[in-house]
Amino acid sequence: MPLLSRMPLRGEHNMNHEIVEKNIGLMIVLVIVAISFGTLVQIPPLFFDKATTEPVKGLKPHSALELEGRDIYIREGCHVCHTQMIRPFRAETERYGHYSVAGESIYEHPFLWGSKRTGPDIARVGGRYSDDWHRAHMFNPRDVVPESNMPAFPWLFDNTIDDPITDKKMTALRAVGVPYTDEQIRTANDQVRGKTEIDALLAYLQNLGTVLKDKR
Amino acid sequence: MSSLSSFWHWWIIILTLGCIAGTWLLLKLNQVSVKPADNIDDPTTGHEYDGIQEYNNPLPSWWYWMFILTIVFALAYLILYPGLGNFKGYLNWTSAGQWQAEQDQATIEYAPIFERYGAMSFDELKADPEALKTGQRLFANNCSICHGSAATGSVGFPNLRDNDWLYGGTPEAIETSILKGRQGQMMAWGAVIGEDGVKQTAAYVASLSGMKADAELAEKGKTTFATMCIACHGPDGKGNQLLGAPNLTDKIWLYGGSPNKIEETIRSGRFGQMPAHEELLGKEKIHVLAAYISSLSSQQ
Repeated sequence: MPLLSRMPLRGEHNMNHEIVEKNIGLMIVLVIVAISFGTLVQIPPLFFDKATTEPVKGLKPHSALELEGRDIYIREGCHVCHTQMIRPFRAETERYGHYSVAGESIYEHPFLWGSKRTGPDIARVGGRYSDDWHRAHMFNPRDVVPESNMPAFPWLFDNTIDDPITDKKMTALRAVGVPYTDEQIRTANDQVRGKTEIDALLAYLQNLGTVLKDKR
Repeated sequence: MSSLSSFWHWWIIILTLGCIAGTWLLLKLNQVSVKPADNIDDPTTGHEYDGIQEYNNPLPSWWYWMFILTIVFALAYLILYPGLGNFKGYLNWTSAGQWQAEQDQATIEYAPIFERYGAMSFDELKADPEALKTGQRLFANNCSICHGSAATGSVGFPNLRDNDWLYGGTPEAIETSILKGRQGQMMAWGAVIGEDGVKQTAAYVASLSGMKADAELAEKGKTTFATMCIACHGPDGKGNQLLGAPNLTDKIWLYGGSPNKIEETIRSGRFGQMPAHEELLGKEKIHVLAAYISSLSSQQ
């Protein structure tokens, strides 16, 4: 005789599941408790794991100009089409270089790994193309890659960083653990004042993923 | 993960196994056996809407066993794969290890091919259609972004099919360009020779390749050219491949040959850069690439 299982009949069993099923508020609370076990197992331990909390050797916080470039990268929505996360598959490492490791993102707040690739991954685009190429490409991608559907960003060449608050950004980042020195924060605004946005963006891009020297 | 402290190690194990045990317990406590012979007075749940009643039928047994199977699967998975804190699992699986295995397999498959290519001379490679096909694929993946998929270049990025070479067109020179990269250094002369000087020199440079230019301006520019430009471009303007200084007499203009463009080049300089690819591609692939690129211009 096969073993069968079913909801017990009324009065047949003393489990009070009816209370849960007829009280949606209680059910929501219990569902959250059930799901939170997964969260508690997967997330909090990572805050204390060396593999995810220690920077890779040689990692430096973004310079003032790179930091401004990073903010332009975010403002223009580059991360919507470009990931910065090379997964450990040969097909990816052949094209993009060494797979990304957690220690490279320690100073990223917020990280820009992304989850959708309309364009290629750019976790290691630093040094891959010349500054001239990037300028031509940002001004109008079709000038160098006829098949490209990336938007053009011509205003980056005209806009300058006139009234920087880079020191404040650095102070905020230091509050969440990025080791900026007082000297770096003090000189930050002077380093970026008057620079064009394309200068800042290129400084950021040309430094991406260059810490891990082993490209393959 | 192998670097967790013992607190978090046990935190993960206890919560994970506790959850699985709890699921099993919940299932077990709600299980009742039913035999067809059981005489149940009221087989409905008691719900009734518009005269429609709901039976309280038992969960099909296959469904019940599926629940049990998920628990068995979870336990088997946690024994074989890393999941329980610092426990590595009996298969010793890691994502980096899986990637390494893929790499090793690829090395077994492809390394002998590139080893063979690496040992072949450029002439042998250029006569080998398979090698050229490989070169073409490498080019499409790595070079076409700047030089174009047909290798015809664009403004600022040299055409590789036209027999005009900044740093030399022998396969050896091409190979060096790819391995080590190149740094173009055309100084900005605007501040040195002034705006008049720029216009005069540009007129002279245009006249070198027989283009229309104001003869009076060109005559004046000739003096400037003789003092400032010949160090790199040579007295006759034919360039110097050791320095990557282009030939100015051949009507091929990397940055455009209109008067405006020539003036801009002289005024602000040009700093073209070919990135080094040795680290990225390795010597053998670059050897094949050099042969392929060399074959493009020798076809014409």
